[in-house]
Amino acid sequence: MIAENLPALQVVVPLLAAPLMVLLRRGSFAWLLATLVSWTAFAIALALAFKVREAGPISYAMGSWPPPWGIEYRVDALNSFVLVLITFVASVVAPYARASVAAELPRDQHYLFFTMFSLCLAGLLGITITGDAFNLFVFLEISSLSTYVLVALGRNRRALLAAYQYLVLGTIGATFYIIGVGMLYLMTGTLNLADLALRLHEVHEMRPILAALAFITVGLGLKIALFPLHFWLPNAYAYAPSAISSFIAASATKVSVYVLLRFYFLVFGMPLVFGRLPMAQILIALSVLAVVSASLVAVFQRDLKRMFAYSSVAQIGYITLGAGLANEAGLTGAVVHLFNHGITKGAIFMLLGGVSLRLGSTSLERVAGLGKTMPLTSFGIVLGGMSLIGIPGTAGFISKWYLVLGAIEHGYWWLAALIVASSLIALVYVWRFVEMAYFRAPEPGAAALGEAPTSMLVPAWIMVAGCIYFGLDTGYTVDGAHRAAQVLLGLVR
Amino acid sequence: MSPESLLLAALMVPVLGALAIAACDRWPDLRETATIATAAGLLLCVLSLLGPVLAGARPQLTLVQMLPGIAIAFRIEPLGMLFALVASSLWVVNSVYSIGYMRANSEAHQTRFYVCFALALACTMGVAFSANLLTLYLFYEGLTLITYPLVTHHGDDEARRGGRLYLGYLLGTSILFLLPAIVITWVVAGTLDFTSGGILGRGLSNAAIGGLLALYMFGIGKAALMPFHRWLPSAMVAPTPVSALLHAVAVVKAGVFAVVKVIVYVFGVDRLAGLASVDWLPFVSGFTIIAASIVALRSDNLKRRLAYSTVSQLSYIVLSASLLTPIAVFGAVLHIAAHAVGKITLFFAAGAIYTASHKTEVSQLDGIGRRMPWTMAAFTVGTLSLIGIPPAAGFASKWFIFSGAAAAGDYVALAVLTVSTLLNAAYFLPIVYAAFLRPPAAGDAPHGEAPPSMVLAMFMTSALVLGFVFYADPLLALARAVAGMSGS
Repeated sequence: MIAENLPALQVVVPLLAAPLMVLLRRGSFAWLLATLVSWTAFAIALALAFKVREAGPISYAMGSWPPPWGIEYRVDALNSFVLVLITFVASVVAPYARASVAAELPRDQHYLFFTMFSLCLAGLLGITITGDAFNLFVFLEISSLSTYVLVALGRNRRALLAAYQYLVLGTIGATFYIIGVGMLYLMTGTLNLADLALRLHEVHEMRPILAALAFITVGLGLKIALFPLHFWLPNAYAYAPSAISSFIAASATKVSVYVLLRFYFLVFGMPLVFGRLPMAQILIALSVLAVVSASLVAVFQRDLKRMFAYSSVAQIGYITLGAGLANEAGLTGAVVHLFNHGITKGAIFMLLGGVSLRLGSTSLERVAGLGKTMPLTSFGIVLGGMSLIGIPGTAGFISKWYLVLGAIEHGYWWLAALIVASSLIALVYVWRFVEMAYFRAPEPGAAALGEAPTSMLVPAWIMVAGCIYFGLDTGYTVDGAHRAAQVLLGLVR
Repeated sequence: MSPESLLLAALMVPVLGALAIAACDRWPDLRETATIATAAGLLLCVLSLLGPVLAGARPQLTLVQMLPGIAIAFRIEPLGMLFALVASSLWVVNSVYSIGYMRANSEAHQTRFYVCFALALACTMGVAFSANLLTLYLFYEGLTLITYPLVTHHGDDEARRGGRLYLGYLLGTSILFLLPAIVITWVVAGTLDFTSGGILGRGLSNAAIGGLLALYMFGIGKAALMPFHRWLPSAMVAPTPVSALLHAVAVVKAGVFAVVKVIVYVFGVDRLAGLASVDWLPFVSGFTIIAASIVALRSDNLKRRLAYSTVSQLSYIVLSASLLTPIAVFGAVLHIAAHAVGKITLFFAAGAIYTASHKTEVSQLDGIGRRMPWTMAAFTVGTLSLIGIPPAAGFASKWFIFSGAAAAGDYVALAVLTVSTLLNAAYFLPIVYAAFLRPPAAGDAPHGEAPPSMVLAMFMTSALVLGFVFYADPLLALARAVAGMSGS
């Protein structure tokens, strides 16, 4: 019974937890429930991934309405990989959030925070698991609306402005997406993604399809923070509560990239997107611009959260770059970088949360001497930074390897050179932190503050350990990403 | 123990030693004991491996699959054995020396120093024993990063600037050139395992081979081929034991070791021989030899002079490997060992002079031989080896490098080697002359010899330089195996 309904439970469990939290209005209960829900969701995601690996894709008919009439939940090698990433991050962030939220938010908002967190998780999981284009929009809105609230909860008043910016741009993105889906529905009469892919071949009038592709690309581009649609991201990451910075940095943009991959490769199909249209060239050009310009901007940031937020824009560029390469190595690199960058940025933002808790700020000047005052936090950020640079032995290296491989297999030598050159820019901004933390004396008084609370440090270090572990043993990540790439290329179902 | 478990032990002993050293933070005497014990333990492991490897065993160990088809794996072949032997035996001596130096100069953060040192040796072993390019690259980068805290040990602005250049050059070259070279090799060959005769086969055009070789040679920044040599003089801001073991032996030799490894086991000497597209390498390395010698001649700072001498000597190894005759490769391999013992002696002496008298410039050394006879005697032994005067170790390797150049009929290389030998003499002998034969400058503060542990260390390395003929057999056998020369 439970085993059969796992795809539904994946979304329903966090979705039902949210109203319970509102009813009880107790911060500590809400935290406990959110943690349990995250762990349950993680277990479900692992079970689904295992089932998909053993027995192939799972199709689940919501309310027993068969697709394409009812809503289909469909789990394959691609989205089960994304589900595992999101639920893993959530189940590490949830325990972390307790101390972090207690320090940053007034008591009467705690239950709201965890309610929104559960809703956001439900939304992200729903986007990932659903096989229905309109259902996807609904979940996109659930996750977006809850994220706007979460960002606005940040204790700095600028969080309100950041949330407002995100709200405006996010709504435009969602609207563009639904306009695109509407056009597809007009032309094909179906909303089921697999069905759409089949019926698109029968459509002779291409103009509305191309318009739909354009709307969906721009809409999702806003959600992904694909250059030059990234303006909402640095503020949102910098001013949101720390737990949320780490959660959305590790998951929200990744899910949108997944949707883009699904639409490009499995709905519109490669002949249209990369054959008739120059989307490969456009994606590669935008990605290169993102990587280079955002990395350079990161170098000149004076606040660590903003610095690593711009670094995220650059790293998202690596992911879309792999998508634009559209070969097996490039796509493996893109999907594995979803995971690797997710845990790397998750780790860094969780550690920065500890910094902001103790020092009250994450500006570069304030972290002087952090290597002495908060040695574990500081060293964790350095290790995460290594993964951003792509030092061998860290998760980031694995992604870079596949992206360079993908570029070389295409014969794009200049691109391979750009990928490795851009990691040197990452070296520059990571080393700004290193020199500040290890070569400056701490400010008087800072030494007495000590390390971040254990309940924050342990989850953060689980992520840091992941950055190293998945750089050495890639049995799970590369294998999963490779299967996902094969699904995208239509080599396996 | 079986050779396989010895191999694992050689990798793990320095790591466990680092943990022990960190645990003994509060008890300096115990901590230094842990360092010496770790170094001795590592040497014991490596020495026990020597017999089996000389007998033809090639112990292997695969740790984990890092990428599909590419594992983190180790395999001991003669070249790696020789490099490991050199690094681990000199670490023992260097530990004795470090204790004297760090205590006499009251250096801060000594625990961090010894921990990083042990981890640097672990990375060195990883480089030496790596079975494929990816494993080598992993430990090569690890070595750069773990030595960064050692280079910037003093934590002042000068150290920070030196550290920037150090990381910038080493990580910059390895990420920009070496990583793409490895990916290209993987795409072309489908394997990254070091194999006798090379793995590239006929998969690349001759011109592409030349380009790939350039990516490798400049990508291995630790070999300090010009124009990517400036990290080495910058690294001299480190305490002298670091300069001695890491920047005369472990780190720089990891560079030339990788160069020889790539030429012999990735390209294959036969594949490169006679290719017009790789002819540039002898010229670049020859230029580095001469130019670095001239800079050394003009440097008044003693450690800087030694650093540029190292840049020049490293290119001896690259040059002779690039001559592609068995005897030249043989000389290159031998020079890894010979230069190491000579140069570490010179650095030990420089550190001893600094500790006893706080002098750093060559021009201040008039008459110092009268006050520090042991130190300057060791320094003299080191210079003999660097110039290549028998019976010092450097003579043997230079002999084979000259023979290799002659066998290859490369007159340019012969001329470079001759001129550089003269330059070596020109920048070293005046120091010896001034130290022993010039009167001390008036108003010099009186001082005595360096602490006994430092003198002991110099005595040991001097003995290694002069007694080369007595222990040369295993080294010669290993070098012969690398060069593919049969019999004697």
